[in-house]
Amino acid sequence: MKRYSIFSLVRNAVSHHKDWPKAWRSPDPKAEYDVVIVGGGGHGLATAYYLAKNHGITNVAVIEKGWLGGGNTGRNTTIIRSNYLWDESAHLYEHSLKLYEGLSQELNYNIMLSQRGVLNLAHNQHDLRELSRRISANRLNGIDSEFLTPADIKNMVPLMDVSPEARYPVMGASLQKRGGVARHDAVAWGYARAADDRGVDIIQQCEVTGILREGGAVTGVETTRGTIKAKKVALAVAGHTSMLAQMADVRLPITSHPLQAMVSEPVKPALDCVVMSNAVHGYISQSDRGEMVMGAGIDTMTGYTQRGALPVVEELQRAIVCLFPSFSRLRLMRQWGGIVDTCPDASPIVSKTPVGGLYVNGGWGTGGFKATPGSGWVYAHTIARDEAHELNAPFALERFTTGALIDEHGAAAVAH
Amino acid sequence: MLIIDCPYCGKRDEAEFHYGGEAHIVRPENPSELSDEAWAEYLFMRSNTKGRFLERWVHSEGCRRWFNMARNTANNEVEAVYLMGETPPKEVSK
Repeated sequence: MKRYSIFSLVRNAVSHHKDWPKAWRSPDPKAEYDVVIVGGGGHGLATAYYLAKNHGITNVAVIEKGWLGGGNTGRNTTIIRSNYLWDESAHLYEHSLKLYEGLSQELNYNIMLSQRGVLNLAHNQHDLRELSRRISANRLNGIDSEFLTPADIKNMVPLMDVSPEARYPVMGASLQKRGGVARHDAVAWGYARAADDRGVDIIQQCEVTGILREGGAVTGVETTRGTIKAKKVALAVAGHTSMLAQMADVRLPITSHPLQAMVSEPVKPALDCVVMSNAVHGYISQSDRGEMVMGAGIDTMTGYTQRGALPVVEELQRAIVCLFPSFSRLRLMRQWGGIVDTCPDASPIVSKTPVGGLYVNGGWGTGGFKATPGSGWVYAHTIARDEAHELNAPFALERFTTGALIDEHGAAAVAH
Repeated sequence: MLIIDCPYCGKRDEAEFHYGGEAHIVRPENPSELSDEAWAEYLFMRSNTKGRFLERWVHSEGCRRWFNMARNTANNEVEAVYLMGETPPKEVSK
């Protein structure tokens, strides 16, 4: 891998940027791999990278139906934070945030991490109590989290309407200063380049159509580019987790829903942090290009339409305009949807399955992007050792049988 | 925007309805004798179909009555509406 640096930039400027090497190869699939990862989004690529780096397993293929990061990795609102309520989630997301903090250097790829602070708003007494509880829980877990009064919020976000007359009065907020945003495509591309450099084959435009099994264990996958044998098969396909698992007769407690996001026309810098509100179903930040990036709650009906329904757009815009009256003058530029797979307890599944050599990583619901590095780290461990890492052991499929659910609806249900 | 044909009120816009998830999940007859696996299956496991899906809806801002619907989850086409307790019409039964 040719390293990116100020010198390589200057060198390539001299040749008019025509000689940059390809960031990764695009090899034909081999007949057999030790591990086949299905899904070339952030989670799949991170998993491949950590399989190679942490466990020395490099005979690995990442198989992607479309293009890298074209699913939820490229459709989310790029928010990163770790202020989850329960210990299990806090540890997992905090591990992820710590990996994010060193990721640009580690991958030699600028993921444009901007730790601009994430505000979670409280609009009523119940919100306030829940928020205080969460702030205390975060601090006990060593996660930075502080309480802001409406006056503090006004000082930090002057455009927000925090007056008592507001339609959704703002009574307080939690602030995680280390939270922020990152460039989502860069996370996928950075992991892809680094994994490829360690020998991982990245195969795009190749759809998995079947999972081959023999005597209760996987033996490979059937794809649109032929049969590929594999000792282990690992799913990382976000919204379509149930459908892939179905190919191996594994039932999952997952339902898929469209989740929408949209951006306004670009404007000058006006909002320098991330603002989220569970109660009014909206979250907003300003991108480096100046667009206001806004995300909504999920469409309640099960669905695979990568667009979403209009009532959700109206609901989101109502919330944003009430919080930021001046944004009513902005025009919406683009809107899109992604399919998120949600679990009954709003926590993910990173787990072995009843089928030998088949692993599942899904159910991240509305908040998988922030978990990308941590998810890849623990999933690689689970695949390599055939047992869970201590961080993802609580997120096993068995929890739905034992009843040890991790109820994160308060921290995860809407916002991400 | 979906137009949903409530069997009691006729065609209305989707915002008048609430979603009730997968249809025809039967509550176990002898809960006290159920194994943990069977409970998990009843409470949590869902088919999450891409394509024709049988589901429950309630006309919460109209007649407030529940009914079943067959909808294609890939393109949102509503294929049939039928009453609670009924089996799906022949053209949408699998």
